[in-house]
Amino acid sequence: MPLTETMSDTEAGVLARGLVRRAAGVGLLGGLVAFVFARIFAEPLIQQAIDYEAGRDEARAVLAAAAGEAVEPEGPEIFSRVLQANLGIGTGVVLFGLAVGCFFGVAYCLAWGRAGRVSARRLSLLVAGGGFLLLYLVPFLKYPANPPAIGNSDTIAQRAGLYGVMVVACVVFGAGALWLGHRLAPRFGNWNATLLAGLAFVVLIGIVMALLPPLGSLSANAGQVGPALTETPQPLRDPSGAIVFPGFDPDLLFYFRLYSVIAQALLWGVIGVAFAPLAERLLERGRATEEGESLIAG
Amino acid sequence: MTGVSAAGARPVAIPVSATLPWLLGALVLGLLIYYFIGIDEGAASVFGNTTVVHEFVHDGRHFLGFPCH
Repeated sequence: MPLTETMSDTEAGVLARGLVRRAAGVGLLGGLVAFVFARIFAEPLIQQAIDYEAGRDEARAVLAAAAGEAVEPEGPEIFSRVLQANLGIGTGVVLFGLAVGCFFGVAYCLAWGRAGRVSARRLSLLVAGGGFLLLYLVPFLKYPANPPAIGNSDTIAQRAGLYGVMVVACVVFGAGALWLGHRLAPRFGNWNATLLAGLAFVVLIGIVMALLPPLGSLSANAGQVGPALTETPQPLRDPSGAIVFPGFDPDLLFYFRLYSVIAQALLWGVIGVAFAPLAERLLERGRATEEGESLIAG
Repeated sequence: MTGVSAAGARPVAIPVSATLPWLLGALVLGLLIYYFIGIDEGAASVFGNTTVVHEFVHDGRHFLGFPCH
C-alpha cells in the first residue's frame, strides 16, 4: 500500500479552493433554511417577548413615578420592527451561515486524511456535527439563548465575554480531544480511543462550566429580585409586595430556546448533508468502482 | 490525481503549506462575519459607540444564541 503518496502543491491548492468555496456556499444555503425556519417559528415569539418587555417597562415606570423616582427614557428606535423581523434577522442568520460555512470548510480541509479511514461523505457529517456541538450546543448548555426582555443591558460586556470563553474553550478542548483520540487509537483501538477522548472533553468542559458564574450572580444584578441563576425577569411587585406585572412567560422562553436549537441543527444539518456529495465528487473522483461500498459506508 | 491512494486506504491529507492562503482567508472571513453578526456594538465596537449593526441584526443575534442587551 503506497502510504507515502502525496499531493502536489498545485493539486492541493485546487482542492482546498474547491472545498472552501463549496463550504461557504452550503453555509449560505444552511443559513437560508435556518432563516426561513426563524421567520416562521421564532419571529412571533420574539415579538411577544418585545411586547412583554414594553409592558414591563411601562409598569416599572408607573411604579417609579409613584415612588417619586426619575424614569429612564427609552432608547430611540433605529430600525422598525418590520425591518428587524425580516431583513435584519435574514441578514444575521444567512451571514452567520456563511461564517460557520467558512469555519466548516477549513476544518474539513484539515480533517481530510488526518482523521483515519473516513469516507468524504461521512467526514462531512462528522465535521458538521462537531461544529454544531462546539460552536453552539455546548456553550448553550451553560449560557442558553435568550429572547429580548431577558438580559440586563449593564452586563452585556460580561455576558459576551463569558459566552466567548465557553466557545473558545469548546474549540480548544474539541481540538485537544481529536489529538488525544488520535494518540490513543493505536493502543486502545478506535472505539475506546474515541470514548476516552470524549470523556476527557466532557470532564474539562464540565470544569470550565462549573467555574464560570451563572448570569444572575453577576455583580450588576445584585439586589434584583429572584433567583441568582439567570437574568430572566421575575414578577414586578409594588411596595406592598403585590404583583403588578407577571414574570417572563416560561413557555415562551422554552419554545424560543427550543426553536433556537432546531434552527442551529437545521443550519449544521444542511451544511453536513449538502457538502457531502460535493466533497465526494472533489476528493473521490475516479473511485467509481467503490461506489457500492461508499453507498453503504457513507 | 485523487485524494485516495488505494481502494479502502487512508485518504491522502491535503498539505497545509500549499493551501494556507485559502485556509487562512476562509478563517479570517468567517471570524470577521462572526464578530459583526454576534459581538460588535455589544461588548466591543469598531465604529464607536453606535448601535446600528447591533439593532439591525438584533433578532438574529438573540436567536443564534449570542448575548444581547
